[in-house]
Amino acid sequence: MPTMTFAQALNDAHKLEMQRDPNIYVAGEDVGTYGGIFGVTAGLLDQFGPKRVRDTPITESAIIGSAVGAASCGLRPVVELMFVDFIGVSMDQLFNQAAKMKYMFGGKARIPMVLRASCGAGIGAAAQHSQSLEAWFMHVPGLKVVMPSTPYDAKGLLISAIRDDNPVVFLEHKILYALEGEVPGGDYSIPLGKADIKREGKDVTVIATAQAVHTALSAAAKLAAEGISVEVLDPRTLNPLDEETILGSVRKTHRVVIVHEAVKFSGPGAEIAALVAEKAFDRLDAPILRIAAPFVPVPFSPPLEKAFIPSEEKVIQAVKTVMES
Amino acid sequence: MDISKEKMVDMYTIMNKIRMFEIRVSELFAAGKIPGFVHLYAGEEAVATGVCANLRDSDYITSTHRGHGHLIAKGGDIKFMMAEVLGKKTGYCKGKGGSMHIADRDLGILGANGIVGAGPPLATGAALACQYLGTDSVAVCFFGDGASNQGTTHEAMNLATCWKLPVVFIAENNMYGISSCTINSMCVPNIADRAGAYDMPGIVVDGNDVMAVCEAAGEAIKRARQGQGPSLIECKTYRHRGHFEGDPCVYRRKEELEEWKEKDPIPRFEKKLVDLGILSPAKAEEVKTSIQNQIADAERFGEQSPYPDPSELTFDLYTE
Repeated sequence: MPTMTFAQALNDAHKLEMQRDPNIYVAGEDVGTYGGIFGVTAGLLDQFGPKRVRDTPITESAIIGSAVGAASCGLRPVVELMFVDFIGVSMDQLFNQAAKMKYMFGGKARIPMVLRASCGAGIGAAAQHSQSLEAWFMHVPGLKVVMPSTPYDAKGLLISAIRDDNPVVFLEHKILYALEGEVPGGDYSIPLGKADIKREGKDVTVIATAQAVHTALSAAAKLAAEGISVEVLDPRTLNPLDEETILGSVRKTHRVVIVHEAVKFSGPGAEIAALVAEKAFDRLDAPILRIAAPFVPVPFSPPLEKAFIPSEEKVIQAVKTVMES
Repeated sequence: MDISKEKMVDMYTIMNKIRMFEIRVSELFAAGKIPGFVHLYAGEEAVATGVCANLRDSDYITSTHRGHGHLIAKGGDIKFMMAEVLGKKTGYCKGKGGSMHIADRDLGILGANGIVGAGPPLATGAALACQYLGTDSVAVCFFGDGASNQGTTHEAMNLATCWKLPVVFIAENNMYGISSCTINSMCVPNIADRAGAYDMPGIVVDGNDVMAVCEAAGEAIKRARQGQGPSLIECKTYRHRGHFEGDPCVYRRKEELEEWKEKDPIPRFEKKLVDLGILSPAKAEEVKTSIQNQIADAERFGEQSPYPDPSELTFDLYTE
């Protein structure tokens, strides 16, 4: 099986889908000639031409708004928001237009579009280029929210997102772009709304997303040496959440630690924790803990940024805490 | 531009239909039968009518919160519109949208919209689809003087020219964004003055002269169909009623309203058609009576229709 990076896997997904369906177009800032600032759309302009791969002005409202209009009229846009932090200038098109048209119009609209965005901290890009905003999008009825953690998941999920007839927000942690992994070369898809057990265990369920999945996995390896068996569960899709897999794991281990890079207060972990508390309360042997970023903007200075990002030590500590409960 | 007699009578009929529909809605609203907000188009009929007289079902329009006129002019059925504003399940949107969100995809109506300035990017996108798919369909964006200052409008126009898209921007300048008069809110006297900034043709027309609107829009729509890119047409007009029903209109002088009522597009056009021998006064009455009956039918349909059941609350959120 070929090995490719997360960015290459996404690139591959674009190529396969664009070959399959002539109505898919790509648009965004620097996606064409430059190939995307993280390289995700490299080579697409050469292969598919400027009608289907469009460099845009710096004009997020028009990029996203025109994607909604085009999607309403038969096209399948896959548009890029360079950094999820830029959603602020264009949020209306996503949450008031794309998300709500089908419902407001009594079911008659269909908005098959994907909005891809890079997210996450760790490269010193500072407060306005490093956020994790998935909780904002999870909170909007009408959107789907996907957040892969591996190259294999990235390709399969992007293919599904592109084929989905709804507006999908597809979040790519920027640290993951260089991550290598085994990825089948051909066409395959991973259904949205299906979680993945990245590591089986029996003592505690650690639910993690994006880059935090890898933090959880390395914490799990260390904990195994101390005789603690950690199950790492990656939701992959945040809306819709795979309740069945999450609750199934909790009923097995009776302990939950949630890890994500979004700030803890009102983050995606709050929804998962409430879900578990509501539906599996009597199966829990410990309170649900969340390891997440503190309630501050992402700081610039490297030691501060490091302190901001959930660390392996903090995950290990949280697991030990619930084990002692 | 040649506008046939049939088309002129058609436009006269549509303008009356819009006016009478809006008046009836205002009466129902005052009687407490319509929930929420309604923003009525009375006074501006010539704009929607003159523009849409050039459009096919396969052309697209985006509308505004003041959308009833655009919907009727584009071919919307007043039965389903009435049912929708009443919140009934037989409405265009199964009661889920209301006045500000009526849409009919089959007629190319991409929706009334509750967000000022949301239409321009959507219309630009619809035009992108037309160009991409190689049809000669066009998108028409109705937007107001309020929206002309919104960032999204600027972005949409810039992109439309950069990509040479078949979109026609129709600015309905009725001088007021709720209470905010264009004298204070717009840095230039005419919205069309900005067209040069987007390298597209821009003209000002008398928005209360349906023939002038029809001709100007016809030219712009033809340009778009032929792949020559976007245009901006500013139609100067005035709303007879408040921004919303119930608006005390403290921000406008009664004299100003009276001045504009003297330029009411409908009696103006009726006089023209009668003078030209295209319409007899008797025929004009016939048209209006027929419309009154249609509106009564639409009202009956709406009132007799059921509300949606609460069990339908979560339907139609996602496409399966």
